[in-house]
Amino acid sequence: MNAALVIIFAVMIMSIYLGIRAKKGKDMDLEQWTVGGRGFGTIFVFLLMAGEIYTTFTFLGGSGWAYGKGGPTFYIIGYGCLAYIMSYFLLPKIWRYAKDNNLLSQSDFFVSKYKSPYLGIFVSLVGVVAMIPYFVLQLKGLGIIVSEASYGTISPTIAIWIGLTVVTVYVMVSGIHGSAWTAVAKDILILVVVLFLGIYLPIHYYGGIQPMFEAVEAAKPGFLALPETGMSPSWFATTILLTALGFYMWPHTFGSVYSAQNEKVFRKNAIFMPIYQLILLFVFFVGFAAILQVPGLEGPEADLALLRISIETFDPWVVGVIGAAGILTALVPGSMILMAAATLLAKNVYQVLNPKVTDQQVSKTARYLVPVVALIAVFFTFKGGNTLVTLLLMGYSLVTQLFPTLAFSLMKNNFVTKQGAFAGIAAGVATVAYVTITGSTVGSLLPFLPQAIQDFNVGIIAMILNIIVLTVVSLLTKPMSVTSRKTKTA
Amino acid sequence: MNTFIKLLALIPFAGLLIGTYFANKVTPYLFGMPFLLAYCVIWVVLTTFLMIIIYKLDPRNKESEME
Repeated sequence: MNAALVIIFAVMIMSIYLGIRAKKGKDMDLEQWTVGGRGFGTIFVFLLMAGEIYTTFTFLGGSGWAYGKGGPTFYIIGYGCLAYIMSYFLLPKIWRYAKDNNLLSQSDFFVSKYKSPYLGIFVSLVGVVAMIPYFVLQLKGLGIIVSEASYGTISPTIAIWIGLTVVTVYVMVSGIHGSAWTAVAKDILILVVVLFLGIYLPIHYYGGIQPMFEAVEAAKPGFLALPETGMSPSWFATTILLTALGFYMWPHTFGSVYSAQNEKVFRKNAIFMPIYQLILLFVFFVGFAAILQVPGLEGPEADLALLRISIETFDPWVVGVIGAAGILTALVPGSMILMAAATLLAKNVYQVLNPKVTDQQVSKTARYLVPVVALIAVFFTFKGGNTLVTLLLMGYSLVTQLFPTLAFSLMKNNFVTKQGAFAGIAAGVATVAYVTITGSTVGSLLPFLPQAIQDFNVGIIAMILNIIVLTVVSLLTKPMSVTSRKTKTA
Repeated sequence: MNTFIKLLALIPFAGLLIGTYFANKVTPYLFGMPFLLAYCVIWVVLTTFLMIIIYKLDPRNKESEME
């Protein structure tokens, strides 16, 4: 075992230990386990949310896309920014409503707003399906880190199993308290590692950041901007919009909104979070630095760029520290996702279908579901051949389909009926599924449209369909009493 | 005041969603970065400033100032 692996495994064991300690002396009912008793202040919620956002996706995926795709990667800086602006207006409303109605999960919100337990089940299933690629992404990241840091002695397959075991044990012992503490450790470590790599590598290899970009531009002209077709400005704008709208629609992110002490927390966070995005720049720099130093990584292999250039440059113990930061960026969000998926299935599917079961049984079921969900994800991890960013975008296309229904439910006069909500989400999700399975793009489906529209992110097209179906079905199923009352006041 | 706040909040959307069509260039380099990247960074920084202004103007944040 080399120095890199020793450090990585030490961090894994440490985070499980922190998780167990956080749990001690606390009564773990379902509310404790999932929303931390609604007791977290600004800083903790900030860290928790930052923790979810700075995942393996940004660490390995961001640098991997910078390496493999260039300019289109910059969308990652843009979408968070817009999402935080929306968070300022949306999250306090969601939090207030959730607190007043004692809600625990995202689907509780839909159940309560639309008075339909079945809508809750449906939303939960959409959430769980969207979370699978997101979780697969974290597992893949864990696998990449462990196997790369072992310098080839541990195969990626075994590495993924190790990662899976750690995440599962971690979630089963600690719940959200564990996540919060590890999030603190992770954020400090990732900040140090990313700043160091992003500044050191360009200077070491190119003599500075601008010389690095000039060297890349000389080798691959136009790589640092968007291409004319495909990932063009149209793709860029619609992808930013799609991901910004979907940002808080993830069941686990939505769930962590509930853990805040008061609604002011969100308005404060909306100020600092955009700036925090700039850390991503340094992740990109690492990917760009790798282009000319470790060339030849094709397709999904681009995700290895950060670790490969680190191995090329540093001693094993430095690689160990970098790997450890990477492990934490997979562990914290990975545990959140797993926990959210298990809770959703137990409470919002199992309990709704069997109303007689006690809360204790639900709590237990949630815990037993953790390894089950994890195993399903492993199946897809070994199956797929996508880059980390592609996996994330797939999940986003799905989860964004919940946005219209949610947004309308926050309005004072919501015209959407539960049938409309159902039909809209179903239409959106079906479109995403069809497009994903057949591998089609807007261009291949509707070739007569101008190129600018052909490049639209398909998730946006699905959402437009979603809104159309939602509106039509809602108008058709509108209860008569409401309509007549409206005409009276008008 | 409320509509004013919302209008302020819309500015970065215009900048990032529409502005990109005009900012899609590698050169000139700004702050050592390709133009498109620098453009996105400028919007992130501007957004923070806008959010500070919005936070200060929003009456909801005044109610519980003693915290």
